[in-house]
Amino acid sequence: MAKVSLRVNGSTREVESADPDIPLLYALRDHLGLTGTHFGCGLAQCGACTVLVGGRAVRSCVTPTRAVGGQDVTTIEGLGTAARPDPLQAAFIAEQAAQCGFCTAGIVMSAKALLATTPRPTRHQVTEALAGNLCRCGSHDRVVRAVLRAAGVPGGR
Amino acid sequence: MPLSRRAFLAGVTATGGALVVGFGPARAQTVPNADRFLGKSLAPDAVDSYLVIHADGAVTIFTGRVDLGTGHRIAMRQIAGEELDVAPERIALIEGDSALTPNQGATGGSYGVARGGSQLRRAAATARQALLALGAARLARPETDLELADGQVRVRGGGPSATYAELLGDKPFNVKLDPKAPYKAADRFRFIGKSLPRPDVPEKVTGTHRYVHDVTLPGMVHARVIRPPMDGGVLTAVDESSIGNIPGVRTVRQQSFLAVVADREWDAVRAAAALRTSWTPGPPAAGIGGRDQARVYDDMKAGRVVRDQEVAKRGDLGALTAPPAGTRTLSAEYRWPFQTHGSMGPSCAVADVKADRATLWSSSQGTHNLAGTCARVLGLERPRVRVIYVDGAGSYGPNGNDDAGMEAALISKAVGKPVRVQWSRQEEHGHDPKGPAQLLQLRAAVDPDGQVTAWETRAWLPVATANLPHLPLLSLDAAGLPQTPGRSTGLIYQNIDPPYAVGGLNAVVHWLAEAPLRTSAFRAPGKVANTFAVESFTDEIAALARVDPVEFRLRRLGNARGVEVLRRCAAKMGWQPRPSPGPVNRTGAVLTGRGIAYVHYKHDETIVAMGMEVAVERATGTIRVTRVVCAQDCGLMINPDCVQAQLEGNIIQTISRTLHEEVVFDRDRVTSLDWASYPILTFTEIPALEFDLVQRLDQPSLGVGEAASTPVPAALANAVFDATGVRLRTVPFRPERVKAALAGS
Repeated sequence: MAKVSLRVNGSTREVESADPDIPLLYALRDHLGLTGTHFGCGLAQCGACTVLVGGRAVRSCVTPTRAVGGQDVTTIEGLGTAARPDPLQAAFIAEQAAQCGFCTAGIVMSAKALLATTPRPTRHQVTEALAGNLCRCGSHDRVVRAVLRAAGVPGGR
Repeated sequence: MPLSRRAFLAGVTATGGALVVGFGPARAQTVPNADRFLGKSLAPDAVDSYLVIHADGAVTIFTGRVDLGTGHRIAMRQIAGEELDVAPERIALIEGDSALTPNQGATGGSYGVARGGSQLRRAAATARQALLALGAARLARPETDLELADGQVRVRGGGPSATYAELLGDKPFNVKLDPKAPYKAADRFRFIGKSLPRPDVPEKVTGTHRYVHDVTLPGMVHARVIRPPMDGGVLTAVDESSIGNIPGVRTVRQQSFLAVVADREWDAVRAAAALRTSWTPGPPAAGIGGRDQARVYDDMKAGRVVRDQEVAKRGDLGALTAPPAGTRTLSAEYRWPFQTHGSMGPSCAVADVKADRATLWSSSQGTHNLAGTCARVLGLERPRVRVIYVDGAGSYGPNGNDDAGMEAALISKAVGKPVRVQWSRQEEHGHDPKGPAQLLQLRAAVDPDGQVTAWETRAWLPVATANLPHLPLLSLDAAGLPQTPGRSTGLIYQNIDPPYAVGGLNAVVHWLAEAPLRTSAFRAPGKVANTFAVESFTDEIAALARVDPVEFRLRRLGNARGVEVLRRCAAKMGWQPRPSPGPVNRTGAVLTGRGIAYVHYKHDETIVAMGMEVAVERATGTIRVTRVVCAQDCGLMINPDCVQAQLEGNIIQTISRTLHEEVVFDRDRVTSLDWASYPILTFTEIPALEFDLVQRLDQPSLGVGEAASTPVPAALANAVFDATGVRLRTVPFRPERVKAALAGS
């Protein structure tokens, strides 16, 4: 059994796996019970598993857990709660920017990374930043409005 | 007697109690201690099947239909709250639990509100009537002196009152739905018609919403099913030593049904990848044939026809068979490819099968149906199988969810533990039952005055999707178990005939015995392709007659609500009347145009008109949809914002289907197994969306989950024609195809 230590949402956690290369997604979901991060493809194609590592958006399904040791990992649970959402999450709620919601956590994390580097993005910058996050229900327009709302950009269009 | 006590005495053994452990209180979807309701009425005609009024005045409602990300669970609260005069936040909802909710049919056909909601409203209106009667007895006043308000029956204009809890609290009504129970008048609506926020959105946005993928049970193991390299393959050998280095992994096999099981999910994933197996081709499954993608439409035309179905016939087609002098005829063939549901999360299910009972957690759109199928396969009595709906990734028809549920049940039975089956992306793209390919040939005769004197539609459709008794499940074929009846897969023949006044009309379906791939209903089943053909062809006729496409339709629409919707769409769009194609300079790098399409869904449900603006890049053939304007009349909108969200989804998803999507397969299997080989629309391609939604407070609610999908492809094709003069009749409109069409014009 290989032990991997990592820092998630401000806490140090340990994961024990028979495979030292266990992807971060499985460590988060199956070992640490952080199920807000979702499995969508395992191929880094859909963005459903996006988390922040050192503030950057990464696809946890193809990121070995041991490769993130020493860096801060932030998952969707590390932002806010349903009762006390962070401002970006609050904007998603205000815009009702989710249907099935399966892609939503990954989109929120990608948007979080965008706003960290580009606090007042244009609509074009938002859609480019989210181009790697797929959504099948068609909540895209509301998502873009939510990100612009969180950034305080008026109009949403 | 309290319900929980009755449930205990009823001896119901299937239990979902373990799940409650994993959930905190006050979830949007999950009601704590739901098992206290076991034994309650499930009969679709009984008020107690739909609602319980508790001792504290709160209400729990029960719906057999479920929320697929659609807003169903706020709409149901609004409907029940309105008739009961109870605020929606005081109402808890249990949905899709085969042991607790009435069987209202599978969630589909856009009937969640239209049918499921109207049953609930009828139940609540009947309950309202019963509460008035109880109040009259308690307060010793005639019912006509009483009213319901905020959980109380009280004397109008002040005076004594009694709370619902005092009158009934937690006791059953014991009354049947009364078809004459009056609905609350629209002018007194407090909740219906309001865009109340959905209770599940805060949890979905903060990562705390529980999906079926997140369900865990004590002692649960993780399983992956091993698929053959060719569909229907027969398993000849399994080399267990190939996974000997992965601790705690075992295999489960029943004939050609093979799975690996592990305590940790990643170990199951690794074992599935590492396990060496040998297969030989087996006989094709029932209804599967003609697996040559290059010839798929030719094979349909030459395919074995089970029967012909005359969908519509009026007058004769003499103007086509023997055209009078001056009459022009035109014909066209429209082609729609196989498409995948493409749920963002591959299918998943958890099953706990014991010797005498079984419980499944599933995002099936038909939990009652799945429970029946599992009971037959497991050899259990129907009440001893319970299927509990838990949200999955959005499904738009039966994807792999029912397969995953049955697979979890078979594996759980074999290993004697709770089992979670998670499909891979490749399994979901490769094995979910597909929306079928469709082929339509249309002909019309147009007289010198521009009148359509004859219209003919011939459609080639696989019969496998036309109310076959069941959707065949992969695991049953593989394990050598009989398929069980009890599934319906959608009415794909509807809307092959035009909604317009024409002379002679004949619309026929040639039902094909076989299809190359397993099929199921996929959002607005059949009607997306059918409306693509009918509304594109209408545009072709209007162009031939040199009449503006909106005007052409308005002249032939007999339906006043339809006329209003079409006019409102054109007005919002700023539609300038002129024939298509536009008088544009076609030498520019980017050509722009506008198109319109109209549908009266199933000819008697929701009405949609859709205008679209496109830009076509001549050098590459890339189409960009820049603006969509949608007007819709779906009768009474319970929650207009949820309606609009459904329209956004219909439009964006169907633009994706029209521009990008086609399943690729060879003679062995589907080969478009990921998002690279089966691309969908991305954030960079989303058009401006504008809506004009007609609210009709005095009308029944009609469905909104599907209708607005259907005019999308034709509106898009018509706009491309307007821009370029080139008619696209084969979906998808990928750049290479569009470029070739432009070069050929």
